[in-house]
Amino acid sequence: MMDSVISKLAIALLLSIGLVAEVSAIDREVAFEDVDMQARYQRVIHNIRCLTCQNQSIKDSNSPLARDLRREVREQMAGGASDREIYAFMQARYGDFALYKPPLSAKTIALWSSPALLMGIAMFVLFRTLKRRSQLDISVDGD
Amino acid sequence: MRFVLPLALFAVLCGLLVMGIGEDPTRIPSPLLDRPVPEFDLQTLSKPPVAVSAADLQGEPALLNVWGSWCVNCRREHDFLMRISREIPVFGLNWNDEPEAARQWLQDLGDPYRFSAFDAEGRVAIDLGVYGAPETFLLDGNGTIVHKHVGELNPEVWARDFEPRLSQLRQ
Repeated sequence: MMDSVISKLAIALLLSIGLVAEVSAIDREVAFEDVDMQARYQRVIHNIRCLTCQNQSIKDSNSPLARDLRREVREQMAGGASDREIYAFMQARYGDFALYKPPLSAKTIALWSSPALLMGIAMFVLFRTLKRRSQLDISVDGD
Repeated sequence: MRFVLPLALFAVLCGLLVMGIGEDPTRIPSPLLDRPVPEFDLQTLSKPPVAVSAADLQGEPALLNVWGSWCVNCRREHDFLMRISREIPVFGLNWNDEPEAARQWLQDLGDPYRFSAFDAEGRVAIDLGVYGAPETFLLDGNGTIVHKHVGELNPEVWARDFEPRLSQLRQ
C-alpha cells in the first residue's frame, strides 16, 4: 500500500520535472518548419549569450535584446548563413563575450590551454611522487 | 617546506579571484572602438520625421547617446546630458521605445539632442553592440568611435573618461 503511494508520487514528480522544463522554455515558437533547421536554430541561439542578462543564452531569455538577437539569427539562417557566419556577426558587435564557446585566439589561448596544462602539471607531480615512493619502498626492502 | 608550492599556488588562485571580484562584469569591451559608426538609415523622432544616417554625425567630435523612455538610468543622466549638450553636440539613438512615449519624455524633461534617431527594430543598436541603455559613444569628427561608456553619464565619468579624450580630439 505504502509502496504504491510512494511510487505514484515518484512518477508524478518525474512527470512534473518534464513539465517545468517545458514551461521554462522561452522561445517556443517554431522558427523553421524543417526539423534540421529548427534543431540548428536551437543550437545556435543556445550558444549566444544574452548580454543584458548574463549567464543566460538568448534562447533562455525573454529580454528585448535577446528577442531581437533571435530574430537576427532566424533571418540570417533563412538567408542561408552558416553557423560560423552568425557567430562572426555577433562577435563583430559584442566581442568574444557574446559566445559561450569563444574561438581560439591570442586572447583566449590561456583559457583553452589551461585545462591541458593543469592536467599535465598534475600528471607530472603524480608520477614524480609515485616514483619517489617506489624508490623509498626499495630502499626499505634493501635494509 | 613541502607546503610552500601548494600554498603559493593557492595564493596565486586567491589573487586571481580577488582581481575578478573587483571587475565589473557588465563592462564588456567593445570590438567597435576605433571603427566608424555603422551605416544606418533611420527617421528622427521629431514631427515631421527627418531621414538621418551615420554621415549626419560627422563634422566635429560628438556624443551618440542610446536611450529609451523606459530606462531608469537614462533619466538619472538626463540633467547632465542637458548640461553637456552646450559643450558638445549630442545625438540620440532612441532604442526599444514607443515614439509617443519618447517624444513626451523629451517634452517633459528637455531635449539635449541635435536629433534622436528612432531605432524601431533595434537593428542599429545591434550593429552598435548595444546591450543596455544608456550607452554613450564618443565620436571624432569623422564619425569614428573613440570611446564607449555603458551606464549613467555623470560628471565623474565625464572628467575621467571623456574630457581627456575630447581635448585630445580637439587639439
